[in-house]
Amino acid sequence: MSSDQRLPILTVENVSKAFGGLQAVDRADLEVAEGSITGLIGPNGAGKTTLFNLVSGFIKPDSGRITFQGERIDGLPPHQVFRRGLVRTFQIPRELGGMTVVENLMLVPGEQAGESLWNAWFMPWRVSDQEDANFTKAEDVLRFLNLHHLRDEYALNLSGGQKKLLELGRTLMCDPKMIMLVEPAAGVNRTLMRDIVNDIKRLRVERGITFFVIEHDMDIVALLCDRLIVMAEGTKLAEGSPDEVRADERVLDAYLGGRGR
Amino acid sequence: MTHADKHPGRARGLKPSDFIATAVLLGITIAIPFIAYEQSRGALPDGNLAGTFSFYTAFLVTVGVFALLTLALNIQWGYAGVINFGVLAFFMLGAYVTAVITKGDPQGDFTDYIGGWGDDLNLIPALATNQWLPFVVATAAAAIAAGLLAFLVAFPTLRLREDYLAIATIGIAEVMRRVVIEERWMVNGSRGLTGVPQPLGNIVDQSDYKYLNVVIIGIVVILIFFALERAVRSPWGRVLLGLRDDEEATAASGKNVFAFKTQSFVLGAAIMGVGGSMYAYAFSALSPDAFTHLFATFIFWAMLMVGGSGNNKGAIAGAYVVWGLWTLSLQMQGYELGDLVQSRMPYLRGLLLGVAIVGVLLIRPLGLLPQERRVSAWVERRVKKERSAPAPPAEP
Repeated sequence: MSSDQRLPILTVENVSKAFGGLQAVDRADLEVAEGSITGLIGPNGAGKTTLFNLVSGFIKPDSGRITFQGERIDGLPPHQVFRRGLVRTFQIPRELGGMTVVENLMLVPGEQAGESLWNAWFMPWRVSDQEDANFTKAEDVLRFLNLHHLRDEYALNLSGGQKKLLELGRTLMCDPKMIMLVEPAAGVNRTLMRDIVNDIKRLRVERGITFFVIEHDMDIVALLCDRLIVMAEGTKLAEGSPDEVRADERVLDAYLGGRGR
Repeated sequence: MTHADKHPGRARGLKPSDFIATAVLLGITIAIPFIAYEQSRGALPDGNLAGTFSFYTAFLVTVGVFALLTLALNIQWGYAGVINFGVLAFFMLGAYVTAVITKGDPQGDFTDYIGGWGDDLNLIPALATNQWLPFVVATAAAAIAAGLLAFLVAFPTLRLREDYLAIATIGIAEVMRRVVIEERWMVNGSRGLTGVPQPLGNIVDQSDYKYLNVVIIGIVVILIFFALERAVRSPWGRVLLGLRDDEEATAASGKNVFAFKTQSFVLGAAIMGVGGSMYAYAFSALSPDAFTHLFATFIFWAMLMVGGSGNNKGAIAGAYVVWGLWTLSLQMQGYELGDLVQSRMPYLRGLLLGVAIVGVLLIRPLGLLPQERRVSAWVERRVKKERSAPAPPAEP
C-alpha cells in the first residue's frame, strides 16, 4: 500500500527555531501521512531532535505552525500535546528509576480519578476499578514486549535495551494516534530489534497508529519505514521511499558533508 | 543528577544492615531514659523514676512536632522532588498565626501584636469551648496561612530549576524571619510572644501538661500520617514520584508537571503550618531566635535523609533518631568531662551528630527505612493477592 494518497496527520509548516546564533530548525516544511511509518534521517546536527521537541511541545517554535489532525499544536505544553494522542519517546531512555516497571506504565493513562487528592482521600472506590484495569492493561503491554518477568523490578535496574522497550511500552498505555520514536534501535540487539520492527508494523495495522521515527541505522530504516524524510541544516532536503532516498545524490552529499561546498 | 540515581533497587535477602533501623531505634529508646535515670541518681540516691518519665515524655513531644515537619518535607522533596530550603517560613508562619489567634488582647507597654482573638472564640461558654474551639480554629488557620503562602510562592518559583528553587526558598525563609523581627507591631518583634494558651490546658496541672500534650500531638501525627499514606499510595503519589525521577518524562506521559508540583508544595506547606501550630502549643512561647535556619529547616532535612526519603514511616523514624542523638549529646554534658572537652561541647555536639548521620547514611544510603517498592496501594494488593493465590492453570 502506498501512503502517498493518504491525508497528513501531522503538518509542519515553515517552522523555525534558533538557539542563540544557531539556527537549529530553519523554515522546515514537512508532512507525515496518516497510517504511515515515516522515518526522519539526516546527518548529526540536522535538527531532527529539535524538530521532535518542537512537535511534542517541549520547546516552542520561533515561527511557523504545527498542525496535528487539523488542529494547531505549536506552543501547547507537552501534556496537552500528549492528550491529543501524539506521544513520544526520548533518545536516552527516560525511565522512572525509583518506580517498578509496571508502575512506570500505570503512570501513563490520562484522566485517572486517583490523580486527584480528593478522590484518593474520600472516593477510593472510584480509584479502585481504574487501578485494576490499568494494571491489567500494563501487564498486557509487558507481555507484548516480553518484559513481563521484570514487572516488579525497579526500572533503574533494566538493561539499556529493556529501557528502550519500556519507553515504547509507555507510549502504548494510552491508545495514541501517533507515536514519535527516537532511535528505537540504539542499544537494542538485532534479534530483539527485528521483533520490535514487527511489533511496530503490527501496531500500525491493528490499531492504525502512525509512526514517526528518527533512526540512524539504515538497515532498520529500510526494514521499517515506508516513507523517508531527509533533513539537513534545519530543513527538509529530500523525501521519498527508502529506495528513492538512497539513490538521491543530495542525500549522499549531505551525509558526506559535500553540500554547498 | 536525577533523584533516581540515589535510589538503586534494594537487593533481595536480608543483610545485617536491614536490622540497623531496629537497632538504632531501640538503642535510642533505651539510652535516653537510662542516662536520664542514671544522672538523677546524683541528686536522689534511688534515682528519680518520675523525673525520667517526664523527661522522656517531653522528648516525645518535641519529636512529635518535628515528625510533622519531616512528614511535610517528605511530601515535597521525598515524593515530588521539590526542594524546599525554606521550611522555616511555613513553620514560623504556622506557629505565629496560632499564637495570635489563641492569645487574648495584648497587655502591657512592651507587648504589641495583631489578632488576640482567643477570648472572642469562646462562643458557647456552657460547653467550655474556649478549651478546644480556638485551638482547632487556630491550627486550621495556621495550615491555611502556610498553604496560601506556598501557593503564592509557587507561581514565581516552582518553574525554576532545582538549584534556583533552593536559593529562592532560602530567601523566602530569611524574609519571613526579618519581617517577624523588624515589624514589631505585628508579632512583638524579637521580644517574642509568651503565654500561648494550650489546648485543654485547664484539665491538668501545668507541670503535667506534657502528658496530655504528647497524646494530642500523637493523634495529630497519626491522622496526618494516614492521610499522607493514602494520598501517596494512589495514582496521585505515583505522579509525584514520576516528577521526582524525571520531570520531562512525566510531562511526556501527559501529566501537568506544574499543577502536581504545586499540589505537593502547598500540601507540604500546610502540614508545616500544622507543625508550627503544635510547636506553639507545646512550648507556649515563641521567639524569632528559636527559628534559625539550622533548627527550623536543615534539621528536618537531616531527619528525612536519615529516616528515609520517600517513606512516611521513615520520616517519623528520622525525627525520632536525629532528635534522639541530639538529646543524647546534651545528656553527655551532664557527665564530668575534662575541661578540654567540656568547654568545647557545643561544637563537639554538632560534630558528633554529623558523624552519626554520615555513619547511618554510609550503611543505609537510602535511610533507615527506604522507599517501598510499590507506590500504589492497589498494585500492592493485586500483587499480594496473586502471590497467595494458587498457581493459575497453564494457558491453552
